[in-house]
Amino acid sequence: MEINFTAIYILWLREMKRFLRSWSRMVSMLMIPLFFLIFLGFGFKGAFFPGIGYTKDYLHFLVPGIIAMALVSTSMIAGLSVLWDREFGFLKEIMVAPVSRVSIIIGRIVGGITTSIIQAILILIISIGMGFSFLSFPSLLLAILIMVLISSGFIGLGLIFASIIRDIQGFGLIIQLIIMPLIFLSGAFFPLKNIPKFLKYLSYFNPLTYGVEGLRRLLIGFSFLPFWLDFIVLLSFSFLSIIFGSYLFEKSEI
Amino acid sequence: MPAIFVENLTKVFNGLRAVDGISFEVKEGELFGLLGPNGAGKTTTLNMLATLIRPTSGKAFVSGFDVLKEREKVRRSIGMVFQEPALDNYLTGRENLEFHGMMYGLSRKEAKGRVKEALKIVELEEFADKLVETYSGGMKRRLEIARALVHQPKVLFLDEPTLGLDAQTRRRIWNYIKKLNKERGVTIILTTHYMEEADFLADRVAIIDFGKIVALDTPENLKNILGGDVISIEVDNWQNAKKVFEKLTWVKKINHENGIFYLQVEKGEEKIPLLIKIDEKEAGFKIKSINLRKPTLEDVFLHFTGKTIREREASQKERFRERAKRHRR
Repeated sequence: MEINFTAIYILWLREMKRFLRSWSRMVSMLMIPLFFLIFLGFGFKGAFFPGIGYTKDYLHFLVPGIIAMALVSTSMIAGLSVLWDREFGFLKEIMVAPVSRVSIIIGRIVGGITTSIIQAILILIISIGMGFSFLSFPSLLLAILIMVLISSGFIGLGLIFASIIRDIQGFGLIIQLIIMPLIFLSGAFFPLKNIPKFLKYLSYFNPLTYGVEGLRRLLIGFSFLPFWLDFIVLLSFSFLSIIFGSYLFEKSEI
Repeated sequence: MPAIFVENLTKVFNGLRAVDGISFEVKEGELFGLLGPNGAGKTTTLNMLATLIRPTSGKAFVSGFDVLKEREKVRRSIGMVFQEPALDNYLTGRENLEFHGMMYGLSRKEAKGRVKEALKIVELEEFADKLVETYSGGMKRRLEIARALVHQPKVLFLDEPTLGLDAQTRRRIWNYIKKLNKERGVTIILTTHYMEEADFLADRVAIIDFGKIVALDTPENLKNILGGDVISIEVDNWQNAKKVFEKLTWVKKINHENGIFYLQVEKGEEKIPLLIKIDEKEAGFKIKSINLRKPTLEDVFLHFTGKTIREREASQKERFRERAKRHRR
């Protein structure tokens, strides 16, 4: 299996062209996280929760969570978009080309990461407009690295689901049943300290928890879990999910 | 070396033998047709040759490369047009083609040149920079044919290239296909369930039914198996006519039904003048009407399978439904 860089570039370029041409899709994907950001951010402005730590206010607590939320949904959709290509036949065109499946997967992952990072940064910019301030530029760069890990991990997860459900009918179901619980169980909106013990333990199995925590540490300088733990969990999550997702994709016939 | 060599190729899906031990060869530069009803195994055969699915057993070589062991080499040497559109609707026609070219290892510059040429062949230059979303079904099919040409494959696979297209567009696509084959020497293997398409395009036709090849020859030879053309003549006095017809040496077989004679002959169009020249008074009968029917591949299919292609498609669907039911249980 050789890696074909032209093919990766072409698939990435395709993703970019599609992304830039479908503004409506981008806006609709950003809508939900933006609603949460704007209504919760302004609604609870200045509110203090037990367990919120020494963050300046709720907005600062919330923003890293919203960014993680946007990353999860855009990345899962990028992974699941294999289903669309299958539905509209384009997958066959890619599969019959003389390039290794590995290159196809890398192209898709790189494309997906780029589009979801762009959307995450858009959210960050909007929240800065709302009064959010991040720690420093070096830590922002590190935060972007964490965003890449979150995004690649969930693209891999999307690929896994795409191989399991195989048709777009199951798509909405996945979004509803997987993404929303993942987000609520990650402590994106509230400190996990406040939820029942059982759910709290469950949240330790949620990779997004470590994503939210990692982003919080780097963007506002506060988190409950140690950063090295966040980093290791995210790294292994994205590694495993990409390997497994690629394996399933590799095995699939059209 | 044949362009395609297939031996005992078999594909089993859930216990159903979709392709059942077929063997054939396609010569270089040949236009080869796989004719059969939907569900006969044509697309499965193409997909195996294009390395998209793995055969259950058997061997197949495309341009001398093994479809099992040399998948990327096979892919590099073929172009494929799928039954259903396989285009990115959010890209323009030109982008679809340029991306394709680069996926096949052309440089951007090379790709641009080839794309221009390919678009010209299918007369889509005008629409090249519109999103594919806005294309009609016929335009999409033409664009796909153009795309399959960008990397100049030795062998071109066309899966039902005119399915669902109107008569005019179909003609146009037939002409492109003929031109590609004759002028550029591209080996083409196409599947179809349209008799007239196989007859018009293919140098040789394999008739495939329930995953098996039941006949394989040139359309001409296949039709000759049926014993040539049939002239039907209606006369006013059949006893007298019978005596005359029986004396004609070029009539191979006579059938008589309801005052109409069916004469089996070769080159029927040359025999009609001879029949008309028969002297009415001497022979003692008058010809009321005369009709020439040349056998079609439909008749050939009927001859080999005992069913018309349409009847076969209906029973094929039943077979699948039965299978699905049994599997659910």
